[in-house]
Amino acid sequence: MALTGIEIYKFLPKTNCKKCGFPTCLAFAMKVAQKTVNITTCPDLSAESRAALEAAGRPPIQLVTLGSDSKKLEVGNETVMFRHEKTFFHPPGLVLRVKDNAPADSLQQQVQAAAEYKVERVGRFLTMDGFAVENTSKDAATFAKAVEAVKSKSDLPLVLISQDPAAMEAALAKATPGRPLIYAANKDNWEKMADLAVKNKCPLAVSSNGALDDLTALVDQVSKKGIEEIVLDPGARDFGPSLSTLTQIRRLALKKNFRPLGYPVITFPGEAAASLDTEAMLAAQQVAKYAGIIVLDHFSPALVYPLLTMRLNIYTDPQKPIQVTPQIVQIGTPKATSPVCITTNFSLTYFAIAGELEAAGWAAWLVVCDTEGLSVLTAWAAGKFDAEKIAKSVKNFKIADNVSHRNVVIPGHVAVLRGELEEELPDWKILVGPREAVDVGGFLKQNWKN
Amino acid sequence: MPVEIPVEKWNGQVHQVKLGGAGGRKELVVGGENTLPFLKFEGNIPHRPAVAIEVVDQPPQGWAEPLVKAWGNVLQDPAAWAKKAAEYGADLISLRLRSAHPEEGNTGADHARKVVAAVLAAVDLPVIVLGPEVAQKDNEVLVAASEVGRGQRLGLGDCLDKNYRTIGATCLADGHVAIAKTPIDMNLAKQLNILLSDLGLPLDAILMDPTTGALGYGLEYTYSVMERLRITALMGDKMTSPPMICTAGEESWRQKESKATAGVPQSWGEQEQRAILWEKITAIGLLNAGANVIVLRHPRTVEDVKAAINKLSA
Ligand code: B12
Ligand code: SF4
Repeated sequence: MALTGIEIYKFLPKTNCKKCGFPTCLAFAMKVAQKTVNITTCPDLSAESRAALEAAGRPPIQLVTLGSDSKKLEVGNETVMFRHEKTFFHPPGLVLRVKDNAPADSLQQQVQAAAEYKVERVGRFLTMDGFAVENTSKDAATFAKAVEAVKSKSDLPLVLISQDPAAMEAALAKATPGRPLIYAANKDNWEKMADLAVKNKCPLAVSSNGALDDLTALVDQVSKKGIEEIVLDPGARDFGPSLSTLTQIRRLALKKNFRPLGYPVITFPGEAAASLDTEAMLAAQQVAKYAGIIVLDHFSPALVYPLLTMRLNIYTDPQKPIQVTPQIVQIGTPKATSPVCITTNFSLTYFAIAGELEAAGWAAWLVVCDTEGLSVLTAWAAGKFDAEKIAKSVKNFKIADNVSHRNVVIPGHVAVLRGELEEELPDWKILVGPREAVDVGGFLKQNWKN
Repeated sequence: MPVEIPVEKWNGQVHQVKLGGAGGRKELVVGGENTLPFLKFEGNIPHRPAVAIEVVDQPPQGWAEPLVKAWGNVLQDPAAWAKKAAEYGADLISLRLRSAHPEEGNTGADHARKVVAAVLAAVDLPVIVLGPEVAQKDNEVLVAASEVGRGQRLGLGDCLDKNYRTIGATCLADGHVAIAKTPIDMNLAKQLNILLSDLGLPLDAILMDPTTGALGYGLEYTYSVMERLRITALMGDKMTSPPMICTAGEESWRQKESKATAGVPQSWGEQEQRAILWEKITAIGLLNAGANVIVLRHPRTVEDVKAAINKLSA
């Protein structure tokens, strides 16, 4: 969290010696807070004060990075309890758990399917983020082999699940470099796990089933070993405990600046769920309510597509709708006789109509009007998609230069605009399209003479 | 080192609203909490959120295959449908008088009276009656419904800024609860509550419908407007304190993800599971944002959402 000038001042020598080039320590502190000079410009700052300052300037929830640079997963570093206060920054990683004692080919198949999965939504490709390999066999060699097998099918970040430091060491030998998350240090094994994390420069998960006191004590211990990137497992599994405990941890970190719990949290929705759908519902709750890494026990497109959509929704900046650039977009290879369609620059709207035109096999000119990222009806209701504005887009984008006809299709939801639009665009014939984009293919087939 | 659990001190609380509880109808109370959704370590949550099942007064047009399959024959008969809904565990029924829509039958007050009477006779659960979403017809059929259910504390909606006088007055006269709907905006929601209060309708006779955006189709907006409304209420603003109702089923089953049987990317997965999960996840998101009544369509969603509510409330 950025410190204020006054907070920085407290750590300075307060001698006003001017060696930094500022008249007083306070003046210097103010400049440091504005980031116009670096704290190291003060030659008299003690090493302790500097360390304390850095600690105080750390974000209240530590950023934790898994994986290699090319395929990394960053979680944590959230700054608010509610997305409307600012935004949520680092979407929780969705990782799939696989078991080391699964037959090799089945394990590889599972990994391949999830690793290759991608689904397009509003022009973005949504994907899974990694794999959690579990040492179900309790055997070190089997664990190491499974990690190798997973890595042969995917370069996504890994979580290594074992309580046994020897097995963990064997697996780490296969998984590093690549910064897997070590899961987990508990009250019995923490010292060895912490040593492994230090040696392999990996983030470490800390797990405790008891009260937050126990978790805090454990985090303190592993922190003293010099580990900065920690992930918390408070043991809360089901809907109720997950919501309460994760809320408490987030509040302690953000509101009380409580360091020992200022880390992202890992959850296991499958462990409390009797069905696949319940697992997905609990995971969806955890997307909204404060998980950093979500370990799923099942993967199928129908399960993860809604979940990924939930994550996209919750992690969209509430101040700024996802939008596209206003312009003429060519769908397919349109000709001078191809249809001209009007839409808005809200991504959801644009991709709905663009996608349906493509799916129906129509080449077309799509005029994307600037509605500041609002949907058809919202923009209309807000006065940002009226006849005048549509006419302006049609003229400014010079669509008339591209086509030999003078017909333009407007969305069915704004049929009321037809009359005014005819006045604004006297050369054009205004066709009212269907309300829903799915029906645009059928509509054009009936009404468009190529 | 004992960790002190941070607890917010809220000054306000959500109004408690009673549906039914008279004229032979079961009583259902929602609201009353003085903390954020399900945070029992912090405050008092006297009533868990309720699950309503949507029933339509004529066989619905264009409903997705999984819904048609799940309900089967009862889609032809609103009373039988409501009964079935009760068997599936509904806490209340949300009856949509769709046939009154000018383009979908244009039935009038007489028909509304018959359908509402039949549904009221078929179940002893509390009932919400919704119009066809055309202001003038809404007034006609809702006033009729209001008379039929006089004294049974129904919910009546949608009560909009356009027709709040008529609906508000009817609720006041016949002892019903207004479903006050505004388009995803905190100030508009508050404003409508103020207008209804000025009419004399008490705040414990209002449920706010903040307008649901389905998963992938505006959920992020509804979610945050609800969180803001709830926080404002807990901070002591009475005019944002009525409980909230969300039409999760209606919105999520309208979307392509729920309807499309073919011609969609493989990455969307199998339709039935995807469609039902779309509704379930929309619902779980809105419950976490503060929904007190969640209106659903698919029986399997009802089952899982009720189980989740129970776990969150345990
Ligand atoms: C999310 C939402 C918002 C979000 C904004 C989202 C955004 N970025 O646009 C927020 C919360 C900010 C919002 C605000 C408002 N909203 Co609003 N909002 C919605 C909501 C829930 C969903 C809109 C949406 O995203 N739809 C999905 C997109 C993809 O749909 P679409 O753009 O129409 O595109 C479809 C079709 O039109 C078609 N299509 C698109 N282009 C083309 C082109 C052609 C040629 C064809 C044929 C088809 C086609 O394809 C798409 C898929 O079928 C709707 C209600 C609902 N459930 O639908 C209300 C709704 C649109 N909002 C409404 C209102 C009134 C408002 C406000 C004016 C309220 C207010 N006074 O504050 C404000 C205005 C905003 C402002 N002042 O800045 C009303 C509009 C009423 C009306 N009938 O005119 C609605 C309908 C709610 C209601 N029932 O009252 N809103
Ligand atoms: S150099 Fe350091 S001690 Fe001297 S005035 Fe600047 S901040 Fe103060």
